[in-house]
Amino acid sequence: MQLSRPARIVLRVAAALGFTVIYVPLLLVLLNSFNAARGFGWPPSGLTLHWWADAWHSSGARSALWTSVKAGLGATAVSLVLGTLLAFAVSRYRFFGREALSFVVVLPIALPGIVTGIALNTAFRTVLEPLGVGLGLFTVVVGHATFCVVVVFNNVVARLRRTSGSYEEAAMDLGADTFQVFRDITFPLVRTALLAGGLLAFALSFDEIVVTTFTAGPGVQTLPVWIFGNMARPQQAPVVNVVAAVLVAASVIPVYLAQRLSADSAAGGRI
Amino acid sequence: MSGTLGRRLAGSLHRRPRLRLSLLLSAPLLWLVLAYLGSLAALFLSAFWTTDAFTSDVVKVWSTDNFRTVLTTDVYRDVALRSVGVAVAVTVIDIVIAFPIAFYTARVAAPRYRHLLVVAVLTPLWASYLVKAYAWRIMLSENGPLDWALRPLGLDGPGYGLPATIMVLAYLWLPYMILPVHAGLEQLPASLLDASADLGARTWRTFRSVVLPMVLPSVAAGSVFTFSLSLGDYIAVQIVGGKTQLIGNVVYSNITLDLPLAAALGTVPVAVIVVYLLAMRRTGALQSL
Repeated sequence: MQLSRPARIVLRVAAALGFTVIYVPLLLVLLNSFNAARGFGWPPSGLTLHWWADAWHSSGARSALWTSVKAGLGATAVSLVLGTLLAFAVSRYRFFGREALSFVVVLPIALPGIVTGIALNTAFRTVLEPLGVGLGLFTVVVGHATFCVVVVFNNVVARLRRTSGSYEEAAMDLGADTFQVFRDITFPLVRTALLAGGLLAFALSFDEIVVTTFTAGPGVQTLPVWIFGNMARPQQAPVVNVVAAVLVAASVIPVYLAQRLSADSAAGGRI
Repeated sequence: MSGTLGRRLAGSLHRRPRLRLSLLLSAPLLWLVLAYLGSLAALFLSAFWTTDAFTSDVVKVWSTDNFRTVLTTDVYRDVALRSVGVAVAVTVIDIVIAFPIAFYTARVAAPRYRHLLVVAVLTPLWASYLVKAYAWRIMLSENGPLDWALRPLGLDGPGYGLPATIMVLAYLWLPYMILPVHAGLEQLPASLLDASADLGARTWRTFRSVVLPMVLPSVAAGSVFTFSLSLGDYIAVQIVGGKTQLIGNVVYSNITLDLPLAAALGTVPVAVIVVYLLAMRRTGALQSL
């Protein structure tokens, strides 16, 4: 598109402003974790590494992190299995209700988390609790997996749409059976899509707070729940600042991995 | 898979596509339909029950009182309208901010930097929701950085409240708008733009008649996220909203006291979002989610 020079300059300035607005709050979080003052004072009176040492020894933050990792791994595993099965069914078969099914998969992330949260909460309490399964890490994994399925599904469907079934057919013509075709042809084709989908699912679960609030039993605290609980406590402020800074810094990792894994999960379908 | 058993199994699977399909579908269907849709249905069913005023126990007697309460009580109506207003405002703000950024990253920036710019949009998307809201809590705090930056201009920051809520939600969901718009603009064939220029259209005319109609599905896809995420949010409101009440907060505060009423209140955003999704489906937006 032939843009006039002023138009280019306007766009450049607007983009620069936009990126500034995006990054200033994140940089502020990083800077604030070194703020010497316990309470929040701006501009910072001095810089210190003291709070980082404090945070390192904070048992609450540590166990919350560990809970988050376990919940994330569980939800990722479940959603990888379910999402992949669903993706194969939807993209390789025609059946009644196929369109509706693709719609239902999107619902858990499209509907407000609070609705999903109370729905699952009441269901768990009325169905699982009489069976002796109380709210706990297990129910958190179930809740998270419900909305993680869609990211695996989307990644795998996108990949399957771009690879026709002709490779599989060729393999079958050459005498491979269903399992061999899957192991030697189909799985290698979708492997990076699975990795990318799993990564997204883990990150989604790691960040989730609303559904967690309603599906976690007492004593099960993920990192977001811990942060939210300690945000308003002046005593904990420095540790919260450090944890927040670590999470900002760590957000570079999944981007880096996703970029390396596959092109279709990096820019187009991010959720 | 070797061995005759494996081969025989593979053969019988191969001959029965219906069986293969039902094997593929059984687990996910069980999960999505039974666990997810089932609990949603149970929740909406409970919206027709009532709560004993003394014991706070749920009384399973069918009535539409909760829905009547939601529709006729001024407070709830105001909160519902305010929530939809916030969601619309956030979506509009995000479209306005995202468009120039996406246009720059997709078509103006030098091609070798484009990839890097997409990464720059993606990174904050992966930073924790809570951390971003927390960052704004610090930014907007009394005598915080925003006040400090605006003071030389003789201004004050907005503090906590409804404007802060809209700002923070717009900030949180901005990448969800930039990325699809970027992707849409990137896929725009250059030949169409050239053709438009050859036919004598200037920049603005080309933008209005060629670019805009073609990236509309991408904008719609982004708006599904900005709209529905804003409509259901109650955490950011608690963090920077001051006394602001949105529909999510009202649902949240009623859950333990009056679950049926909370369920009835919860149908409001669900109904709005389902209508929104169905409307957006016609633009083809759901395919590019």
